[in-house]
This record gives sequence, C-alpha cells and structure tokens, in this order.
Amino acid sequence: MNALNKPAIELAAAIRSGEISAVSAVEARLSEIATRDAEIAAFVQVLNEEALAAATSVDDRVATGEDPGPLAGVPIALKDNLCTRGIPTTCCSRILEGWKPPYEATVVSRLRNAGAVVVGKTNLDEFAMGSSTENSAFGTTRNPHDLSCVPGGSSGGSAAAVAAGFTPLALGSDTGGSIRQPAALCGVVGVKPTYGRVSRYGLIAFASSLDQIGPFATSVADAATLLEVIGGHDPADSTSIPEAMPSLSECLGRGVEGMRIGLVAELCDGVSSDVARRVSEASEALAGGGATVEEVSVPASRFGLSAYYLIAPAEASSNLARYDGVRYGMRTESSNAVEMNIATRTAGFGEEVKRRIMLGTFALSAGYYDAYYGKALKVRTLIIEDFNRAYEHFDALIAPTSPTTAFEIGSRTDDPLEMYLSDVCTVPSSLAGHPAMSVPFGSGDVNENNICLPVGVQVLAPAMGEETMFRVGAFLESVAVNVAESVAREALTSEALTSRDG
Amino acid sequence: MNENSDSARISEEAVAHVAHLARLRVTPEEQKMFSQQLSSVLGYGKAMEALNLDDVPPTSHPYPLNNVLRDDEISAGSSRDEVLDVAPVAQDNQFRVPPVLEQT
Repeated sequence: MNALNKPAIELAAAIRSGEISAVSAVEARLSEIATRDAEIAAFVQVLNEEALAAATSVDDRVATGEDPGPLAGVPIALKDNLCTRGIPTTCCSRILEGWKPPYEATVVSRLRNAGAVVVGKTNLDEFAMGSSTENSAFGTTRNPHDLSCVPGGSSGGSAAAVAAGFTPLALGSDTGGSIRQPAALCGVVGVKPTYGRVSRYGLIAFASSLDQIGPFATSVADAATLLEVIGGHDPADSTSIPEAMPSLSECLGRGVEGMRIGLVAELCDGVSSDVARRVSEASEALAGGGATVEEVSVPASRFGLSAYYLIAPAEASSNLARYDGVRYGMRTESSNAVEMNIATRTAGFGEEVKRRIMLGTFALSAGYYDAYYGKALKVRTLIIEDFNRAYEHFDALIAPTSPTTAFEIGSRTDDPLEMYLSDVCTVPSSLAGHPAMSVPFGSGDVNENNICLPVGVQVLAPAMGEETMFRVGAFLESVAVNVAESVAREALTSEALTSRDG
Repeated sequence: MNENSDSARISEEAVAHVAHLARLRVTPEEQKMFSQQLSSVLGYGKAMEALNLDDVPPTSHPYPLNNVLRDDEISAGSSRDEVLDVAPVAQDNQFRVPPVLEQT
C-alpha cells in the first residue's frame, strides 16, 4: 500500500517508468475512499469506472513507450463547481442537481492531457459560498483530523480528500479564501494563483472578478507541478493572462537568503493566540534562513472584509441570475414564465445563496449603489495601492491564513457575519488579484476533543509573483512540522488496521 | 448576533422588495431573519465610512482589461442536441417555457 500512497511527483515517476501501474494506484485510492469516505464525506460523486478506464489508458500508453505526461496516473479530486463533460456537476446546489455539462473546463482537459486521473467530484458550500462546507445541499464534509470539526470552505471536500490521503492532489476554487482557508484547517498546501493565471473556462461563476482555480497538495512541490499543468493562457477565457506559466518547480529549494519578507500587521490582529504563535515562529524561521523579516502595515487591508462582502455578493447576484429554470438545471413548473422563475429559484437555492443574492441585489439597487457597491470598489483600489506600496520594500508578505484552527460543526451557522469573519485574512489578496498560498505550519492548542488541529501560514506575493511565493512556501515547509505527512501516516495506520480486520 | 449601527438597517419591507428584484420568494419568517442578518453584514461594512474616498477611482477588476481582438475563425461550438438534452423542457429544437405574455 505504501508504494501507492506516494506524493504526486513520485507516483507519476513510478508510473511513467512502469514500476507501478496506474490502475493499481487508482484502485488503491478508490478502495480507500470506499472504506473511509462515509465518515468524512469529502466526495459527492466517486467516478470508479471512469477513473479505472482512464488509468488503463495511461498504462497502455506507458506499455507502448509513450509518455502520458507529468501527472501520469495520479489520482485527483475536483471540486464540483468544475465542469466535467457528461459527468454531473452540481455546485452542491439543488438547482443544478443532475446537470451534465455539455463541455469541459480547461483545467480538466489540461489534467487529462497531463495523464492525471479524475477519481471524483468533491463537496463544497453551495456555489462556493461559505467557509465551512456546511452550506452544501448534499451534506457536510468533516475534518479528517477531528470529525466533529469543519474542514473549512468552500473547497472543504477537496481539502479533506487530500488531508485524508484519498488523493495526493485536488483542485479547488478561491474567491475570498476558499482554497487557502480549508487548506489551513485541514493541514495541506493550498494555492490561489494570480487572478488570470489559470483559465476560468468551465468554472461555474460565483464572483467573476475574484474567482480563481488552484491546487491542493500534500507538498509545495506537488502543488507547483499541478499549477504548472493547469496554468497558462487560454483563449477561451478573456481574462486569462497571456504570459506563459513560469517553471515553479525550479524555484523550490533556493531558500530565502537575502529576501525581504513583511509580516502584515493588520492581518495578525484578532487571530487566536495559537495561530499567532505559529506565524511568529514562521517569521523567526525565515529570518533564520537569511531573510530580512519586518512587520509591515497594509492599512486598507483592514477594510478587505467589508468591501469583499459587498463586491462578491454583487457579482454573485448578477452571475446567478442565469438560473431561471429555462435552459438548464431544475425547473419548478408554474402558470407563467415569471412565476416559474421565482418558484424555481426559491426551491433550488439554499439559504446562504439566497442571502448573498439579496445582499448583492441590495448593494446594487437604485439609491444604495454609491453607498455600498461604489464605495467597496474604491476600497478595492486602496487595498491594491497599499499592497503595491508594501511590495516596493518587500519581495513577499506573510500572515495567518485563518484566524483560528478548525471550528466545531454548527458553531458558526447561526450568525452569517461570524462565519464571514473566517475569511478576514484571505480576502485582501483576493481583492487585489494577487497570488497567495497556505502552507501547513505546525498545529494549534489542544481542543476539547484532545486534538491539536493544523495551522496554516499564508504567503502573499505581488501579481505574477508565484515564483517568489513558492520559494518562500517551500522554505516554510522545510522547517515546519509537516502536519500533512503525519495525517498520511495516520491514514496508512488505519489502512493497515482495516486490512488486518478484513 | 452582531448588532450594528441603525443607519445600515435593511427593513423587512426592503427585504421583500429585494427578494422580488432577485426573483425569490421569502416567507414572513425569512423576511425577519434576512432583515436582521443583512443589517448586521451591512453594518459591518459601515466601517468603510471612516475612509475618505472622494478622489479614489473605483476598481471593478484587478487587472486593466482591454478588448482583445482575434481572427474570426470558424470552430466547433456546442452541439444543439447536447445543449437541449440538459434543458428542463425542450421541444422542436427549442427551449419550452410557460407563457411569458398572458393571452387577452
């Protein structure tokens, strides 16, 4: 079993060389999912047949001397807001239940071309609106480290799938922290690339000026390889950056000697003491590695959350107008078209989605536009300017990813604002369009269930600064207690126990 | 529940109006709940009033977007059948909907 639970890069190398078959690697992961996902619920759909067929074709190509690609035979999980042609894609919403997209997301095509094997679609907060995966229409995902806690969100299913050892890689989407926050809470690496780095074609839209697809992995190196595969210009997305994707794998292991790194003061305000301690340890480690580390102020980042929770809902209210019961998804029949629209949307959307649509509709409505949406757009300008000012003096910035470690299921569902505050450290770089990643960095204080949950440290970089960001991320990983590895070990132990029982 | 400044209050009537604009139906209980919750979120956003934004230009998109022109080449689009296959109701190669205009 051990040989089949390798990190993605090693697994792909073993499959390309013929040492391991893709079918055996994929079968091992599918059987893990079948055994253990009942209690975690990372997946909303497992693609047993499709995955085995894809793995067989990878093995066939290896047998005939072809190279199936850098992710040959590597099992990967996809957040269920990424369109997979002919395979149901739901956004974990009733309104799209059973919908089979007639086209494939660019990232999914690129994964298949690189030899990766899609093993399933993962759970998310409905339409990616949430920070805990509790807003899914298809049930709540549990944190593999503590089943009574949330995995974070909205890409909680993808984060949990990687943390549980179900797949070495997964894709999520990040609008205000939906990759980074669950990565931190589940103890895995999560990356939000520069806006435009990865094509959004086939990503079901939430807030189009913020949405970005990115990797989850157990290591920074695996995340780099995955981003290299999915990134780069795509003519199908008019907001895609024309520049070629740089080689990120080459930046790893260069250390941080001589780099200037800023610790963002505003983003450390109000975080829990155990998280703050790990972030300050990360600063010390970077200084120990030869970087100059200083506290820096990004004043407007204080207003990030205020601006985000007007801009994102405003864009969502417009994007989600398309679910009208006419062309796809569910329809609740009614006597006339408008009544049908209303009945369909009322029955099809969950409470959080309705809340955001109404918040956005209000912020955009006559008489309130300037006071809310218009103001938020100006604050967005200030945030970008303040970050740019900081980057005149620093190569990269660090901050906590989440103000707390994973919280109890149900503990924040009664108060939307309290849930929104989970995103306070991640939204500023989303508004700026800058890249940011979360790297596991030890764990927090012991919780009520006698478990020390993972802490993530966030690395922020200027637009197009992925190379710098990965260099810092790889250094932090090299000095951190690798939580992801320890979970993978637990997974292996439970695997051993299960097989002994069987 | 976080209570915030009254100036950001969105009344139950306003919730009903916004729901109608968004083509959603809300029950009286939901009107009350959304009124409280949306007021709380908008109240939090009031923090932005501390900023002087008079001379700040708005940013609606993180990067300057310009029109990008490409050659007009014919390529395969979605197949009509595939698109209609996933429609709630299709008939005669079209989407079928209930009456939009009432008969007089």
